[in-house]
Amino acid sequence: MEALAISLVNAVPLLAGVPLWTVTLLLMVAVAAVILVFALTFEGVGSLVLRKVAGDIQARIGPNRVGPNGMLQFLADGVKLVLKEDIIPANADRLLFKLAPYFVFVGSFAAFVVVPFGVGLIAADLNIGIYYVMAVTSLVVIGVLLAGWASNNKWALLGGMRAAAQIVSYEIPVGMALIPAVLIAGSLSLQDIVRSQGGLLGIFGWNLFHNPFTFFSFFLYFTAAQAETNQTPFDLPEAESELVSGYNVEYSGIRFGLFFLAEFGDMFIVAALATACFLGGWNVPFFHVGTLPWIWGNLLSLGVFLTKAFAMVLIMMWVRWTLPRLRVDQLMRMSWKYLVPLTFVNLLGVSLWLLVFRGKGIPGMIASLFG
Amino acid sequence: METVLFILFGAIAVCGAIMVVTRKHPMASALYLILTLFAVAALFVLRQAHFLAAIQVIIYAGAVVVLFIFVIMLINVPEDRLPVERATTMRVLGVLAAGFFILESAVLARRFWMPIGPVAEVGTVEAVGRALFTDYLLAFEITSVLLLAAVIGAIALAKRKI
Repeated sequence: MEALAISLVNAVPLLAGVPLWTVTLLLMVAVAAVILVFALTFEGVGSLVLRKVAGDIQARIGPNRVGPNGMLQFLADGVKLVLKEDIIPANADRLLFKLAPYFVFVGSFAAFVVVPFGVGLIAADLNIGIYYVMAVTSLVVIGVLLAGWASNNKWALLGGMRAAAQIVSYEIPVGMALIPAVLIAGSLSLQDIVRSQGGLLGIFGWNLFHNPFTFFSFFLYFTAAQAETNQTPFDLPEAESELVSGYNVEYSGIRFGLFFLAEFGDMFIVAALATACFLGGWNVPFFHVGTLPWIWGNLLSLGVFLTKAFAMVLIMMWVRWTLPRLRVDQLMRMSWKYLVPLTFVNLLGVSLWLLVFRGKGIPGMIASLFG
Repeated sequence: METVLFILFGAIAVCGAIMVVTRKHPMASALYLILTLFAVAALFVLRQAHFLAAIQVIIYAGAVVVLFIFVIMLINVPEDRLPVERATTMRVLGVLAAGFFILESAVLARRFWMPIGPVAEVGTVEAVGRALFTDYLLAFEITSVLLLAAVIGAIALAKRKI
């Protein structure tokens, strides 16, 4: 960000007298605003798409009143959430009750900072990218627990505790399933991971096809991440039929809206991480995007990245409306008895593969056979 | 700039730590502990130790404190039934121990004073990994055995019949 500020100061004569840190700070705020607008738009439109997909799968029409084909439903929902009365239960812990939604929303939104949208389109290319995402999403757990506890409601408490247990358990397989991508790239930075999947192999340069273990790893990640973000086969924390709505049952108005937005934000983060770590990120097949002029290269790579990420989001919605919900004990057993050991074995397999074949994947070896 | 940030986050960490000890309700203490942990993570970032900062947040804020909050929620003692601490000898001892600790850290700080500005990379992934698997390998492996023993112990205590 500071390098950008320096080049901006050099390029625009008007800024010559302004101290560097002011320019940097203003740039940071501007970038954050752009990402916030993107995140909120995605979350709004995502809620509409989710309901449309649900309608399709359940053989009904879905929202169709507001605007053509119900396209403006999400705006109506947004206005409704903002205008609704904000109720705080009399016996709730007022401060914590108000604080909890912010924890959840900030934890979900902060992860957008390291999403590699394009060749040069990343808010902060941190050298610990993946760990940063895992660190900020741990705020979500705290927020959910607080929401459940501060509501002073038995359902909310149970929902909050279920959510926390679930997120903490599934954090381990999620992290372990992402490490193969880190091993292949030799870096935790998401940009480096995406770059390591480029080159002239096209889609076979993706980590997904690198070797059998990474292929398996992708599905492990997808399953575990679906659970970590409380998507439906694993949406125990808010199971409507038993817990009413879980940790957010006492929330109304925009405070509920923040939980709702964070849920869709998490969905995008999962899709974006899967895209960046296994599906080649913004790489255009058989083509180096970096050789194009800055603006076209970025636009093209942004388009490629968003197409893949949105496709992943659609698959998540599809799974969400197709599978029935698990039981709590089944959920915990699945994480600790199956996913965690499998991801460990998988990690060992990828490490051995990289050691034995000197970091080469199957497509790379086949390509080198033909010269 | 760096000094200002250091003082800011240092102050947050120290104030948070004091609040952890003085708050009456355990939930408030746990929350202040999270604040302190985040401030310490920020201090790590200021020393370019990004990896340590991330691990600090993932392990302590994301797992250890979550476990604390979990237990506090499970027990859920009403406000008026929280135990009142009266042990004055313990308090005197505590203040004495704190005094010793501050003295000791002052002495240590004078010895290992870190120069201002960019320092040798000590907290990056490579540096931590290399240190763990070369110089501190024995300690690292023994720690893993200790953790395994703790896990088995917990299961043995919780489940008499396996």
